[in-house]
Amino acid sequence: MKTLWRVVLGVGLSGICLGAALGVGNDAGGEQVIRVTAQRFTFTPNEIVVKKGRPVVLEFSSLDFVHGFNIPSLKLRADLPPGKITRVRFTPDRAGEHPFVCDNFCGEGHEDMHGRIVVKE
Amino acid sequence: MMQRRDFLRLLGAGGGAVFASGLAGRAMADDGSNKMAGAYDDFYFVQMSDTHWGFKGPANPDAANTLKHAVAAVNALKTQPDFIVFTGDLTHTTDDAQERRRRLAEFRDIVSGLKVKNVRFMPGEHDASLDNGAAYKEMFGETHYAFDHKGVHFIALDNVSDPGARIGEAQLEWLKADLSRQKKDAPIVVLTHRPLFDLAPQWDWATRDGAQAIELLMPYANVTVFYGHIHQEHHHRTEHIAHHSAKSLIFPLPAPGSQAKRAPLPWDPAAPNKGLGFREVGAEVDASRYRITERPVSAG
Ligand SMILES: [Cu+2]
Repeated sequence: MKTLWRVVLGVGLSGICLGAALGVGNDAGGEQVIRVTAQRFTFTPNEIVVKKGRPVVLEFSSLDFVHGFNIPSLKLRADLPPGKITRVRFTPDRAGEHPFVCDNFCGEGHEDMHGRIVVKE
Repeated sequence: MMQRRDFLRLLGAGGGAVFASGLAGRAMADDGSNKMAGAYDDFYFVQMSDTHWGFKGPANPDAANTLKHAVAAVNALKTQPDFIVFTGDLTHTTDDAQERRRRLAEFRDIVSGLKVKNVRFMPGEHDASLDNGAAYKEMFGETHYAFDHKGVHFIALDNVSDPGARIGEAQLEWLKADLSRQKKDAPIVVLTHRPLFDLAPQWDWATRDGAQAIELLMPYANVTVFYGHIHQEHHHRTEHIAHHSAKSLIFPLPAPGSQAKRAPLPWDPAAPNKGLGFREVGAEVDASRYRITERPVSAG
């Protein structure tokens, strides 16, 4: 719950729909649920394409480390402890690209552990 | 005064001097006499950073020699610095704890060749983040500390032993207590590895709770931060506090956020060691500011 609330706060700050972030019912065409695996030293997938205006749920499974997930341009971040699913929710309100990065130093290839979210119209 | 003249000559030979305000307030003795002059001597120190001992790769095919050349170049300075500080990433990271210790020990052996024996160390995330600084501490001691030198208060902050790049509550409390003993106009130099401000968080060029450290420093009128991590010179202000990053001694990185990947800039065989170097930081009474001189790797 702690992680979720932190993420919700981030969503609020970035001016994205808070109702969707709470995961309550929505009628904007349904949630886009994307499973992401975090493992030294990659996110899979590391390019995530989503549609503007539809709530997104990223479901992270980390396999080997408390990786970090940070999208500074959306003011979203979460720790990704192994052994559980960490959900990050947001609703993109405009098209564009958002780089994300693992921001918990995880080993020799840490600096290659990044990706981007592409929001399409 | 001999020392001062030599120092200025050094500056003349160097080029690329940067003038940074931030050491105002080193007032002359209250009674106007000269008897306090000794407490306000000009001095300079050398900042070396991001030596990444143990790195192997095309970004620096001469990696086995760069640190040794830099040690020789510092030893060749005509006027030796009062002290030398290494602002982190002494070694290149390895997942193997034994290999980490081996690299730290080799690094220590190489820099023991520095003529100046007053050398201060700090870890970077490559040294400390995978074991919370355990191996580093075995060899180099505490990861945060404070000391005074000729009227300037130096504070070394650790934002790397936590893999999440936090200074952490305990250290912030320590910082607060340390600062409480300083006058509001005291000359203060903060040494750290990562930028304390959000320089390029999409490249992990930030300190997660760095804003809290800056807030604690803000009431002090004369604070300057010297850091590493980003492998290039960069100059920034958070209000009156100046932040100066240093070049690395292994490979340069691109300008903050200038491209998708923070991959090293390619090695140029025609200009080995391009973009690498160390710096001299001179504290001068008369100028009431720091004088920064960037230096290449080789003594040339
Ligand atoms: Cu990671």
